[in-house]
Amino acid sequence: MLKVDTEKCTGCGECEESCTFEAIFVKDGKAVVDQDACTMCGICVNGCPEGALELQVEEGLYATTDLSSWKGIWVIAECRGGILASVTLELLAKARELAGELEAEVTAVLMGRGIESKAQELIFHGADRVLVVDHQELATFTDEVYGNILADLAKRERPEIILAGATAMGRSYIPRVATILETGLTADCTGLDIRAEDKALLQTRPAFGGNLMATIVCPEHRPQMATVRPHVMKADIPDPGRKGEVIRIVPRENLLEHRVQVLKSVNEQTEGSNLGEADIIVTAGRGFEQKENVDLAKELAHLLGGAVGSTRAAVDAGWLSSRTQIGQTGVTVSPKLYIACGVSGAIQHIVGMQGSEIIVAINKDAEAPIFDVTTYGLVGDVKEILPLLTKRIQKERGL
Amino acid sequence: MNIVVCIKQVPDAKSVRYDTEKGTLVREGLEAIINPFDFHALEAGLQLKDAYGGEVTVLSMGPPQAENALKEALSLGADKGILLSDRAFAGADTLATTYTLAKAIEKLGPVDLVLCGKQAIDGDTAQVGPGLAVRLGLPCVTCVNELNLMDDGKTMQVRRVNEDGYDILELEMPALLTVLASINTPRLPSLKGKMRARKAEIPIWNALELGAKPFMVGLAGSATQVVSTWVPTFDARREMFGGSAEEQVDALVSRLKVAGIL
Ligand SMILES: Cc1cc2nc3c(=O)[nH]c(=O)nc-3n(C[C@H](O)[C@H](O)[C@H](O)COP(=O)(O)OP(=O)(O)OC[C@H]3O[C@@H](n4cnc5c(N)ncnc54)[C@H](O)[C@@H]3O)c2cc1C
Ligand SMILES: Nc1ncnc2c1ncn2[C@@H]1O[C@H](COP(=O)(O)O)[C@@H](O)[C@H]1O
Repeated sequence: MLKVDTEKCTGCGECEESCTFEAIFVKDGKAVVDQDACTMCGICVNGCPEGALELQVEEGLYATTDLSSWKGIWVIAECRGGILASVTLELLAKARELAGELEAEVTAVLMGRGIESKAQELIFHGADRVLVVDHQELATFTDEVYGNILADLAKRERPEIILAGATAMGRSYIPRVATILETGLTADCTGLDIRAEDKALLQTRPAFGGNLMATIVCPEHRPQMATVRPHVMKADIPDPGRKGEVIRIVPRENLLEHRVQVLKSVNEQTEGSNLGEADIIVTAGRGFEQKENVDLAKELAHLLGGAVGSTRAAVDAGWLSSRTQIGQTGVTVSPKLYIACGVSGAIQHIVGMQGSEIIVAINKDAEAPIFDVTTYGLVGDVKEILPLLTKRIQKERGL
Repeated sequence: MNIVVCIKQVPDAKSVRYDTEKGTLVREGLEAIINPFDFHALEAGLQLKDAYGGEVTVLSMGPPQAENALKEALSLGADKGILLSDRAFAGADTLATTYTLAKAIEKLGPVDLVLCGKQAIDGDTAQVGPGLAVRLGLPCVTCVNELNLMDDGKTMQVRRVNEDGYDILELEMPALLTVLASINTPRLPSLKGKMRARKAEIPIWNALELGAKPFMVGLAGSATQVVSTWVPTFDARREMFGGSAEEQVDALVSRLKVAGIL
């Protein structure tokens, strides 16, 4: 329950201003709470200049006791097709930075089959220790085996922080680990810092498709866990002189049990499969009028080394696979450059791309809503502008 | 077949406005809809019911007005809806949410399949499905966009999408799946369904009825805390190029060169 200390409250109205839910207002010079409307988000508590607001938790706390016995930072390595995911290396660099502030050790956890040779690479990128779990049952990914092994390791070793990539795999089994450990998990973070006063991990993430940013902490539970979006942090240049310890772990039999069988894994580098990781995205909307014209977007994307995205209208028209759809019911992306071609800018599309660094739109309607979110706007026909742009860039590159 | 579909009521992106000063949503004029992915979870459940018989129960934890979401699900063909609503549930993060949903599903009795959306479009966490599976002791597959039930009536083959392509997985019911939008096209409500939904009573279960431990629901049961929120400001340098197509292309190329992209 949100409580107001009427002694301290001066009725300044800051809380009323800050409440998204109209759950607190000033009446007769004091703040009054509408407990039914209050979601206990705590925004007003942090904003109160008098410290007059408090979230009161009725009964005992399901918290981890003795927080200080949890030490060190873990980075969960992801190895797909024999290659370490870029986000793993990005996380190691971030973990080193955080470890500096916490005076802690960085441990990488490497699970898979025939992956031990990757341990050195993890050390060169910043790990002090690598826990290697190499087992036949880990050859293909199943949530249960990966999750149970990691949860078991964490229970025994008690790391203070666990970081993993916000990839399809990470977002699937890391929530399992957090639930087994009864701790908090912040999904899809784009920023991580250490709070000076109490050394808590500050986890920043987008919500509402990137329209709102939130910073989250996990004050009373350990480990503090986060998945982190690929490509927002920078990997360090590997240092082949770095030394570290490699520790082999043999998982207990009961941790290897699982009820999901992988019948086959298909590598299908189709359109759209790499959208989440692409630095440049060229998106085709209904403005392409017919399927053949979509090649113009594909050519430009190819030239720029980027990926092709689509709107739902383009998917419904059968021009591009549904895996390329960006927006509310598709993928959320935040590349360095987003080029929206023949896209009107419906809100369901915008929420999936608004976090892009530079947004370019090409649309023949100068009033199209997409122009409200663009950095650079070009008014014209995609059939005319795209070939010109492609040619111009080819020339620029000496092609 | 007993199927439970978890649906969440979320603000409609169309109606959401953001207050850059305060760093929050503007509550006025906010409209609520069923989380778009959850329509696909419901459709997947309804298709199984149509083919093999059984019952589809929709479950939602939320404020009293989440009843509307459940009624909408009934109008589409769900057999019953249950609302988990209690002041004590407020402020729940995914840890507390999965606990509460699990308590309700246990109370409902044996279940063959629990379906969730891939993620909710407000928090975008995608954590509730896998977390709930742990609480219920069920095997779980996320990001499913194809689901086939084998002849034995309990083995499923599902297609899980990842960055490199997809996996075909086999598992037995009972299980929990989270689904992508590409798994199906949701149906529209029928007139009969709408009438039935209007008349339907939606039971509301509170913490006591769930037998939920007070310190594990809502804010008390949440491990994470929001310290601050803000509205990111996007590039204010909006620039509309004028002139011929060539001139506009030239202008763009020069800007992209400055930005270090070309
Ligand atoms: C619950 C829900 C979820 C949804 N989820 C998504 C989602 O995830 N992603 C998504 O994209 N949509 C989604 N939609 C659909 C969304 O509302 C829009 O319908 C869709 O984004 C429109 O796509 P579009 O911009 O390609 O088409 P249109 O809106 O038809 O726009 C086409 C644009 O192209 C311009 N144009 C036409 N011809 C040319 C030309 N020759 N040259 C240049 N410009 C031209 C036009 O001026 C127009 O602005 C969702 C809708 C709902 C209700
Ligand atoms: N409060 C809730 N009530 C019912 N189902 C929920 C709730 N929150 C999340 N879910 C389900 O969990 C999925 C993932 O949500 P999230 O983890 O919040 O992104 C949603 O698509 C729903 O199926």
